Amino acid sequence: MSVIKVQHISKHFGSLKAVDDLSFEVQAGQVFGFLGQNGSGKSTTIRMLLSLIHPSSGSIEIFGQSIEKNRAAILEQVGAIIERPDLYPYLSAKEHLHLFAKVRRQKIPITAIEETLEKVGLANRANDKVQTFSLGMKQRLGIAIALVHNPSLIILDEPTNGLDPQGIADIRELIKKLAIEEGKTVFVSSHLLSEIEQVANQILIIHHGKKMVEGVTKELLDPQKRIVQIKTMNDAGTLQVIVAGSFSNYLLPRKEGIFLKIPTYEIPLLNESLIKAGVSLLGIETKNSLEDYFLQITSNA
Amino acid sequence: MWSLIQIELYKIFRRPRTYIAFGAIAALIVVIQLGLKIDGDTYAAFLMKDINDTLTVDGKVLNGYLICYILLQLLLVHVPLLVALIAADMISGEANLGTLRLLFSTPFSRTQWVLAKFIAASVYTILLLIWLAFLALFVSMWVFGTDDLFLMKSNYVVLIEQNDVLWRYVGAFVFASFSLLTVTSLGFLMSSMANNSIGPIVGTMSAIVFFTILSTLNIPLFTVIKPYLFTTHMNNWKEFFDIQVNDSNEAIHGSVLNIPKIKNSLIVLTLHIILFVSASIIIIKKKDILS
Repeated sequence: MSVIKVQHISKHFGSLKAVDDLSFEVQAGQVFGFLGQNGSGKSTTIRMLLSLIHPSSGSIEIFGQSIEKNRAAILEQVGAIIERPDLYPYLSAKEHLHLFAKVRRQKIPITAIEETLEKVGLANRANDKVQTFSLGMKQRLGIAIALVHNPSLIILDEPTNGLDPQGIADIRELIKKLAIEEGKTVFVSSHLLSEIEQVANQILIIHHGKKMVEGVTKELLDPQKRIVQIKTMNDAGTLQVIVAGSFSNYLLPRKEGIFLKIPTYEIPLLNESLIKAGVSLLGIETKNSLEDYFLQITSNA
Repeated sequence: MWSLIQIELYKIFRRPRTYIAFGAIAALIVVIQLGLKIDGDTYAAFLMKDINDTLTVDGKVLNGYLICYILLQLLLVHVPLLVALIAADMISGEANLGTLRLLFSTPFSRTQWVLAKFIAASVYTILLLIWLAFLALFVSMWVFGTDDLFLMKSNYVVLIEQNDVLWRYVGAFVFASFSLLTVTSLGFLMSSMANNSIGPIVGTMSAIVFFTILSTLNIPLFTVIKPYLFTTHMNNWKEFFDIQVNDSNEAIHGSVLNIPKIKNSLIVLTLHIILFVSASIIIIKKKDILS
């Protein structure tokens, strides 16, 4: 069942095409990764999903209903954070959740507010004013506001912005938990590709407002093959060894170094042959495959 | 809708900025009251200097009722500027803070949010006026006592018996609430068009100053538009203190000289409020929330 169905949406700001004929579907229970560089149109798309921006053309359906016609009923079941965690500096974390719990039809018990603060790791700062919070803590509170009414669809725009490594890991675990244990549909956007790779089971990459690629994460990443960078004291000599050997088919055309897209089981063989040929190896570095994929897609666009 | 109004009121009264206007009014009134308490007789003598030869006034001229009238004359010109501080910040302040997108991605419509914000800003305005009334009227009555109200108009004097005064102040404050709500709605309109607070606050203040100048200029071109300007009507609370007289030139107890003028002003101000708030709703509904 489609939770989100976007059909041919475009958004123009004067002569600028922020989103250009974008279509995609998000199925129930999925963690859908929405990838793109800064300024690629991710946030504009998310704002259109939440009816903050009116599309210039196209249609958006959420839970099978048009967002234009059934906005209130749809947003009742949606929790979202959009870009920066902008909050009221003079209110505490608890006050924020109380206020946003009030804008829901169903009564949200105080225990739910406390549990949500616990879930995002802010229970011990519940009564502190937001003006004393770090960016990471504000981000957590933004996520808490999105979750407090127990929505079925959660839209997270750059949820790990400003978080430290532990915070990023916590949010990653939270997203997995929401999808796997609680059966939520999570739509998460990011330019931190490694984050999306670890949580999303479906990804869509946009560039200049246009869809570049969409598919199941595992299929797109092709785990059978890895992209590796060979770091040596003598790149020219190393290239000769690779071309002369049986690895030339795996070479990728890159100016910034020697890169190969190689089956995982052949990496030890490559290593062995380079050492045998007397190459002064500094290292063989496995690249983040999705990042590489992303750069490959967008640099060709 | 009630929950939205509660949220907006909660936010208004949790902000330190809200209390600036309350503090400013209290400080001004206390300073003036203190000055008149210490040196009031000199001030009263100055007021009466032109009529002392022709008229003898018994009793206490400088009583609480007159002090309140003096304070209202001084303050009701400036209170709109304090109202603009909050009203013009209601939408643009949230846009600037980035919280407008949080509100507008909730199940309530933008129209509901705008109305809730306007009602909350109106409550703030009314509370400010009640505060002004409490300090200017009741504190003055307590400090200076009460007596008949003796007012010097431009070419005549008005004497209102003390048991005929209090209801006039109630009327004047109700009228003033319409004036200030017009300023609130104007601030609101400005606020709906911007993404930061400074522009709408300065814009509202400038509009009040600009239209007040047009309202006071006696140039024929402006005379045509004067009746339609809200600033022409904002100070008509004073009409409650013009009293009818009988054939013997004695004041008629409980009368007001020009009730149609008050009614007309209330209609013009109400139409302005409706116009400004409706325009705000239309602008906000069409707006893309990019902040």
